[in-house]
Amino acid sequence: MIDIIFCISAAVAIISALLTVSAHNVVHALLYLVTMMLAIALIFFMLGSPFAAALQIIVYAGAVMVLFVFVTMMLHQGERSLAAERQLFNPQVAKGPLILSALLVIELILLSLGSVGLHQEILTGSLPVDQTVKQLAIQLFGSYRVLVVLAAIMLLAALVSAIHITKQGNKPDTKAKPIHKSGSTEFTPVEIEPNQAQTNKKTRGEHG
Amino acid sequence: MIILYEVLLVPTSVLLLLLLCAAWSTWLERRLLAVWQDRLGPNRVGPMGLLQVVADMIKIFTKEDWIPPFADKALFVIAPMILMIMTLLGFAIIPFSPNIQIANFDNALLFILALSSLSVYSIMLAGFSSNSKYALLGAMRTAAQMLSYEVFMGLALMGVVIITGSFSLNDIVAAQENYWFILSQPLGFVLFLIAGVAEIHRAPFDLPEAETEIVAGFHTEYSSIKFGMFFIGEYLGVIFISALITTLYFGGWQGPVLPPIIWFLLKTGSFVVFFILLRAAIPRPRYDQLMRLGWTVLLPLTLLNLMLTALWQLTLGF
Repeated sequence: MIDIIFCISAAVAIISALLTVSAHNVVHALLYLVTMMLAIALIFFMLGSPFAAALQIIVYAGAVMVLFVFVTMMLHQGERSLAAERQLFNPQVAKGPLILSALLVIELILLSLGSVGLHQEILTGSLPVDQTVKQLAIQLFGSYRVLVVLAAIMLLAALVSAIHITKQGNKPDTKAKPIHKSGSTEFTPVEIEPNQAQTNKKTRGEHG
Repeated sequence: MIILYEVLLVPTSVLLLLLLCAAWSTWLERRLLAVWQDRLGPNRVGPMGLLQVVADMIKIFTKEDWIPPFADKALFVIAPMILMIMTLLGFAIIPFSPNIQIANFDNALLFILALSSLSVYSIMLAGFSSNSKYALLGAMRTAAQMLSYEVFMGLALMGVVIITGSFSLNDIVAAQENYWFILSQPLGFVLFLIAGVAEIHRAPFDLPEAETEIVAGFHTEYSSIKFGMFFIGEYLGVIFISALITTLYFGGWQGPVLPPIIWFLLKTGSFVVFFILLRAAIPRPRYDQLMRLGWTVLLPLTLLNLMLTALWQLTLGF
């Protein structure tokens, strides 16, 4: 039973990974990527780590990919971007990646043929099963605590720099300030319209 | 026989009852809103207007099931299904009473968080595949709102987890035998309630579908049964969050004298009514106000709650 589920989810993962690369529509590609992550979460679950499975779904499928879809949805141009995608993916460009990934696939096949022991171990689930969240936490905040703190500092630095970049004062065009200043709750359309029109003209002029 | 009971009878009856409850909570909402707004509400079809739901169903089912020619057809059809599936799956782990529960496993709370983060896709895909400006705007708002409020929904839950020491809902209910967690986690409860309302995007946090600004938001292009799925999905969400609040903060099925299932239904029902009262009482905030409230007020409060709970547990607990 476990074998069958493992095979199905592995097949789903591989097929959706392939479709991720080959889909022309960006949003469809991202959705295949989400499917792949769900399949991987299932494999984690079967290997005896439900916590990793849940994190895979919550963090990757539920947060990171949502942001990806969010941004592509904003930048998506419908038919135009589809046409551009079709042009991008031609056999000429695909030659290099195809050779490299073929090498990787051959290695993978050789490895799985050579070490049947590993294969068996995964399928029969003789890996340490029943890793509870508590055990994981004790490891993370015990022997690996320096790494956890380092990762936290890195994320904090990224966050601070993101805030710094998006801060209003750094914009060269000070006239294009947002309409809603923090604190002001009143909505004054009279003040906004000329401003908006100005910025619109400006950006149009720059691009055209 | 027991296997038949567990595998077939409980899930099917829970599913049917839930769908019926969700359908009739539309009636409840309309009647209660009418009471609070000094109107009559639907009272013509059947006794007290109870059959209004049936009339609405007939109307919805007989309408044309239209897919706009400019829509992304596959995604357009899948989107409402995702919402229904994710919300209904959530009920699988709710302990309705000591012996009515579909699935009991250790990481139930993580499962809930995973489901709620996946249900964002339903709204985003609906907005994207509709290929309409209003729908897209609604979808953008939803994505931002649900992502931000999910963060401290999870963190607010962790207070309960720290006290119980387990992610299992059964353990959490069992730990509330002497006192409900609302007493030890009042701040966590309020934060979870706010995050819950935002997660199921009900009024006052119904910006994704603010009808005065962006028509009907992400489901502008939907009609017939697909719209019905979004509609029922929203009420299922209300019932789900109410059931979750009951389980996590109000002792679940525990209570004196009355049988457990009655206690559970009473508590959940009163939260459903509370959600309707919220809609009647509070105006909708502006979008930037909502985001600012989330990140600058609620998130620090959640972290504070988490730290205080941990401190309390370390010094007084065990």
